[in-house]
Amino acid sequence: MARATDTGAGQHSFFSRLLQRMHVDPPLLAGIGTVLVLGAFVLYSATGGRLDPLWGQAAKIGVAALIMLAVAQVEPVWLRRASPWLFATGLVMLALVLVRGEIGGGAQRWLDIGVRFQPSELMKLAVPAMLAWLLHDRALPPSLLMIGGLLTLIALPVGMIALQPDLGTAILIGLTGATVIFLAGISLRFVFFSGALTLAAMPLLWYFMRPYQKQRVLTLLDPEQDPLGAGYHIIQSKIAIGSGGGFGKGWLNGSQGQLEFLPERSTDFIFAVIGEEFGFFGVSILLLLYLMIVARGFYIAAAAQDTFSRLLAGAISFTFFFYIFVNTAMVTGLVPVVGVPLPLVSAGGTSMVTLLAGFGILMSIQTHRKLLPR
Amino acid sequence: MKHANQIKDHWREKQLFNNRILICAFLALIMMGIVVVRLANLQLVNADYYAAQSQGNRIRVQPLPPTRGLIFDRNQKLLVENTPSYQLEITPEQVPDLDDTLERLSASGLLEQENIDRVRGLINSRRRFDSIPIRQKMTDEDVARFAVLRPYFPGVEIRARLARTYPFGTVAAHALGYVGGISATDQDKLDPAAYAGTSYIGKVATERAYENELHGTVGHQDVLVNVHGRVMQVLDTQLSVPGRDLLLSLDIDTQIAAEKALGSRRGAVAAIDPRNGEVLVLASTPNFDPNSFTAGLSRTEFNALQTDVDQPLFNRALRGKYPPGSTIKPIIALAGLEQNAVSANQQIFCRGHFSLPGSTHRYRDWKPEGHGLVNLRDAVAQSCDTYFYDLANEIGIDAMAVTLQEFGLGETTGLDIGPESGGLVPTRSWKRRNFADPEDQIWYPGETVIAGIGQGFMLTTPLQLAHATATIAMRGIRYRPSLVRGMRDPVSGAVAVRQPRNLPPVRVTTPERWDQIIGAMEAVIYDPKGTARALGVNSKWRLAGKSGTAQVVSVAQDEKYNAEELAERMRDHALFVAFAPVDDPRIAVAVIVENGGSGSGVAGPVARQVIDAYLNKVAL
Repeated sequence: MARATDTGAGQHSFFSRLLQRMHVDPPLLAGIGTVLVLGAFVLYSATGGRLDPLWGQAAKIGVAALIMLAVAQVEPVWLRRASPWLFATGLVMLALVLVRGEIGGGAQRWLDIGVRFQPSELMKLAVPAMLAWLLHDRALPPSLLMIGGLLTLIALPVGMIALQPDLGTAILIGLTGATVIFLAGISLRFVFFSGALTLAAMPLLWYFMRPYQKQRVLTLLDPEQDPLGAGYHIIQSKIAIGSGGGFGKGWLNGSQGQLEFLPERSTDFIFAVIGEEFGFFGVSILLLLYLMIVARGFYIAAAAQDTFSRLLAGAISFTFFFYIFVNTAMVTGLVPVVGVPLPLVSAGGTSMVTLLAGFGILMSIQTHRKLLPR
Repeated sequence: MKHANQIKDHWREKQLFNNRILICAFLALIMMGIVVVRLANLQLVNADYYAAQSQGNRIRVQPLPPTRGLIFDRNQKLLVENTPSYQLEITPEQVPDLDDTLERLSASGLLEQENIDRVRGLINSRRRFDSIPIRQKMTDEDVARFAVLRPYFPGVEIRARLARTYPFGTVAAHALGYVGGISATDQDKLDPAAYAGTSYIGKVATERAYENELHGTVGHQDVLVNVHGRVMQVLDTQLSVPGRDLLLSLDIDTQIAAEKALGSRRGAVAAIDPRNGEVLVLASTPNFDPNSFTAGLSRTEFNALQTDVDQPLFNRALRGKYPPGSTIKPIIALAGLEQNAVSANQQIFCRGHFSLPGSTHRYRDWKPEGHGLVNLRDAVAQSCDTYFYDLANEIGIDAMAVTLQEFGLGETTGLDIGPESGGLVPTRSWKRRNFADPEDQIWYPGETVIAGIGQGFMLTTPLQLAHATATIAMRGIRYRPSLVRGMRDPVSGAVAVRQPRNLPPVRVTTPERWDQIIGAMEAVIYDPKGTARALGVNSKWRLAGKSGTAQVVSVAQDEKYNAEELAERMRDHALFVAFAPVDDPRIAVAVIVENGGSGSGVAGPVARQVIDAYLNKVAL
């Protein structure tokens, strides 16, 4: 028996050493892995019990995981040095997309460089990295002038993405940037002040919104008004979630999802499928798993050894949480329908790559720490 | 940049940062709490309500697409209607393997192989739970064939829908336009909810310009379905509101006469009621059958239409730019009178050519031996070029351009359907702006000379010429041309009539000037030496007109013509403008026959037939 335990312990330590070698953070990997596996079951059900979409998704996850591993190998110092270049590249690509969109006469979000590439996805990581790079050797909290500069840097890509037009992504990236500034320690009074200012600017935003965007906000207030458009999504997803009750109708048994009442049930509205089939109990477990991942991210940020790593890790973690919030709040009818997928669960490769690349950065920050004398 | 007076305090910064991370975590917990409370509200508190909604009531919302408005001519003749037809529709969300399904549909002959990419693009551009038409106007045979195969194609269904039909076929195709499947580009511009269940959208001309009015308002139906999705009961219906019917000013009989007169030649006819600007005829040949677009053209068929050297899809009446030739001589004459460069009775001697002072270059008249002594009336009637070379040189290009522009030349007329070309009235400043080489920016006196007979840079559309002729007929009063004279609400039958819209009139110093110009245009037809004297024979109404023959400047280099065809395409364009009756003008018409040769001999008879067809009908 003793031998067996020893062997087990030996294997365990070998395994954990291997993970450390590969610069993988075990708690983070465990959290992500669990959500991905649960997500696969949900996706199988959401696509009507077919295996092909599942294999497709598995391939995308595989590619994304390789990218995560690759990113994790890069030391934070190198990430930092690459930041301004990544940001500049992203800006140029955004400009290209805009120009091509102008010529093509329609909305465009991607560039065709062998694969369809959305520069706005790169910006989700490049914006916080750029801001963290700017702040990394300066005394914090930043000066007012510095804050002005940072806000301008955020406004550039955000404005360009809003022009695409992709208001949802623009807002999310703006928020990621704001998180970096907040984490850098600007005074809380300033935060409250600008928060109040934003609220006051809401009517102005309404003025700039396109008719279909106004429609989405109005739809949220009264879904019955627009049962053929966005209101249909909200009505059906509330029915799906609500009818799931405490423990759900069971895997593959959700009538709303299976009978195809629920639109976009394998992508943006997959949370409603979980709600219907696994009930309040099921979604609570999922949200708990998400919170554990976010908590680990915050821990990595707090334990990081330099300003750049801290700010970047904090911003990535909070943004990850914010995606979860926006998606679940949208599906439950709390916020207007904006096209934000449920992280790690919704079908689709683009967001998966960005997410896992972000986690790769977290892992790099955590596993490249040096033992410093206290 | 070093920060000498700001020393980094690592410990304090770390404390501050950890503080902020805590705030973020706290914020995250609160936000998550809100979602959880919402979920508890939906799933625990109101679970029964939603369970009832999902279990007892399987409600599906079905769109009820509106019926597209009909289009009538000025005598209530139906020009565009909706007829029931079968179409193949696909609901992507219910299809297990889209590529495989499309391939198999094609293999069984229900979908053309070359249309697969187009269909795939269409599917990608629309919502996955919408039913998307992939083939319109199916034959009975195809319907029967699919009925047998139906079980093998989940997500694909045959639906009876109303299809757009044009009972007159190719007649007035360029004025009416056509509808086609909603493309990815259209999709970007419209509200998907408003077009739920609709498979067509107006593509060009009237169908496009009045898309909003014709489309109507979508309705919806809440239906109870069983486990297999079959409709069991209709719970609630919000009826769709049909689109508005359009009442055109077009007269279909005159339109038919115009197209028949043009025959198989390339050309265009535009006719306007001078009293209000209503467009009576808008013909462009060769044309196309809009019905074939509704049935769904294959890519090859569409390419064939697009690459045809005769350009059947090109609306010559609105977009064709032609040198007006001698048809603008009455307007140049008016400009001369207004500039006091000439008086109506002043005579000049035409010896068959004109030379600028100090130059030996001869600008030749069409009649080599010359017209002899001619006054203004003779010059217009016989289309004496020398008279107008001299006159143009006298008044100058910029003064000439002012008058031409007063008649609306050089800019779009503002017709309610488009797109329309503005043509070109050249001026010195135009030439400066539009040429890169300084050599080319100079305005040469010779260019003024040939502008006097409507050659050189000057370009006009047939609609502009008809519009300008209507202005002469009305002695300066101008109306914006319009094709739709009213809209009818199909439910209440109430008609909203569009009032004629005035444009700034052409003012002259004394009204006799109009008599002189119109008199000259009558002489074109009734003077023994008039260029179009053959046209007035046995006319029931007094005509006024002007012929024109415009040189073809060049032929596009990249187009493929054989030698014989090239010679044909280098021939002069034949033009004719006319209005009638002179003392109570009811119709003004402009005709162009591409490479037709003689204006009075080829285009003139077309104008006469159009005028006769219309005036015989309105029975003065």
